[in-house]
Amino acid sequence: MSGLVLCLLERDGDGAAAGSLRALGLARSLAGADGRLSAVVFGPQPEIAAGGGLPAEVAGAGASELCVVSADGLSGYAPLAWARALSQLVAGEQAVAVVAAASDRGSEVLAHLGALAGLPVAANCISVSPAGAGSWQLVRQRWAGSVLEDAELEAPCALLTVATDALPADEAADGAVAAGAVAAGAVAVRTFVPALEDADLQVCATESAEQSAGVSLATARVVVGGGRGVGGPDGFAALEELAGLLGGVVGVSRVVTSQGWRPHRQQVGQTGTKISPELYLACGISGAIQHMAGCLTAKHIVAVNTDPDAPIISRAEYAVIGDLNEVIPALVTAIREAGGTGG
Amino acid sequence: MDILVCVKRVPMVGGKVIVTADGQDVDTRMSGFTVSPHEECAVEEAVQITERSGGSVTVLTLGPPEAADQLREMLALGAHRGVLLETDGREWGPVATAAAIAWAVGELGPTPFPLMLLGNEAADTGGYQVGVRVAHSLGRPCVTGIKRLELADGTLRAGREYRGAQEEFEISLPAVVSVKEGINLPRYPSLPGRLRAKRAEITVLRPQWQAEGLRKVGLRVPASSAQRAQVLGQGTDAVPELVRILGEIGVLPAAARSRVGAGGDGAAA
Repeated sequence: MSGLVLCLLERDGDGAAAGSLRALGLARSLAGADGRLSAVVFGPQPEIAAGGGLPAEVAGAGASELCVVSADGLSGYAPLAWARALSQLVAGEQAVAVVAAASDRGSEVLAHLGALAGLPVAANCISVSPAGAGSWQLVRQRWAGSVLEDAELEAPCALLTVATDALPADEAADGAVAAGAVAAGAVAVRTFVPALEDADLQVCATESAEQSAGVSLATARVVVGGGRGVGGPDGFAALEELAGLLGGVVGVSRVVTSQGWRPHRQQVGQTGTKISPELYLACGISGAIQHMAGCLTAKHIVAVNTDPDAPIISRAEYAVIGDLNEVIPALVTAIREAGGTGG
Repeated sequence: MDILVCVKRVPMVGGKVIVTADGQDVDTRMSGFTVSPHEECAVEEAVQITERSGGSVTVLTLGPPEAADQLREMLALGAHRGVLLETDGREWGPVATAAAIAWAVGELGPTPFPLMLLGNEAADTGGYQVGVRVAHSLGRPCVTGIKRLELADGTLRAGREYRGAQEEFEISLPAVVSVKEGINLPRYPSLPGRLRAKRAEITVLRPQWQAEGLRKVGLRVPASSAQRAQVLGQGTDAVPELVRILGEIGVLPAAARSRVGAGGDGAAA
């Protein structure tokens, strides 16, 4: 396939967000080995150039160009303005596809772009391949990844978001290299100034500088999960203690937050947080698909459950059949006795 | 304030999802239906707003005649009026759904619905776009992914999480807002609520279906999701083996890993 592919690039500090690198990987395969792939980033160009690593990073992920969008009045995140800029890039350069991470921002901007351009958006894609002019075959997630949909997309320009757990960012980058991407550092940097109206800037985000304290659930190396089997709000002390010993955090199932036992920010699952730890120790959790959708990319899942027929047992790698309220305190003691703490 | 909340009827799936023989749908013969979790929170948010400052909550869904059940569930939570955009049961894409909702807002008469609430994305299709498309059709501003909402003097302050921090939007009404679970804790329906919901009249409208560029070919369950755990043992008898496995995975604190057992300083906790 020939033609320009655009990929919305979200930043994470001075670099590119992991989800955007994944999106770039998919965009690279869509553009073909010698097609143009432009990573589109928003913000003042001097600031991005000063950041240093971004052009090399996007080149390494397969982009042939870094397009910096900059305009008066466009300082923070403004979803409609970002979509307007992309729609002008699409129209001006006859782009054949626009790809973004299925993050809050990526999904929102592509939804606006779809509405502005009168085009469908295929959300949460994990793979896409061209099937003739203006036609694509794709696989996308439903039920947050518990079900896959094979679909056909017909549109003058394909608008796609890429599932955040579609494939690891480094594998996406490897794929880009295999596809014959340009060498790192060879990326061309250019500026695009969109024509924006006041209405495009009406909705604009103010970011708070304060980060939440402690280890975040999304990035924790160990998550100790608690479900209905914990029995009530008091049962979480042992799980907290174990999580502390293992340098991890506690996550919970939806039933726990619906009961008000724990706050929603601790929920793992489709409507909570997606986790990707080395170990997910799921205690007293039955394993409904909405919960399992939140830990599809956990490296190892160990279940502690009284019910040997609970769905979680067929999703975990190891299981202990027993009452978590006995097993977890015993596990804490065993780790302490092995010298796991100063107790 | 008169608030319109849009909800979607989705299968109530549990531990396992089964696809129908023709690969077109999730098999619902063994399960019931419910409303997507984000949307239940949207209804709760709307009910709380009207409890504080008056007005009404209209809950709308697009689906087959049976979707009236989900409207009644929401009426039992405190919504005042139900509107069913009746379909013949086939799946409507986000473009067609948004067009139908925008059309229905006009059909529902002079009520301008200064606030429209939706769930951020439906539990099944997860498209993340109906709210945005409705907003464009009606020429209203829109924010998505919202977990905090404050209303004061025709202005709406809405917040969401962004990379471990918060981002906030301030927009003027009328507006469209899509919310996420966690914005509130939905109540359980009361008995009077259920009785009122049972008797409530539901307005039925029939929108026009339209084709869109994205077509479902079929559904399947990913192959990797069926295995069976290796059982390490029963109850506390399994703990030594569990400790060994945690060591193998490499998540035990350093001191426990080396089994020096002396405790004391330098232990990672």
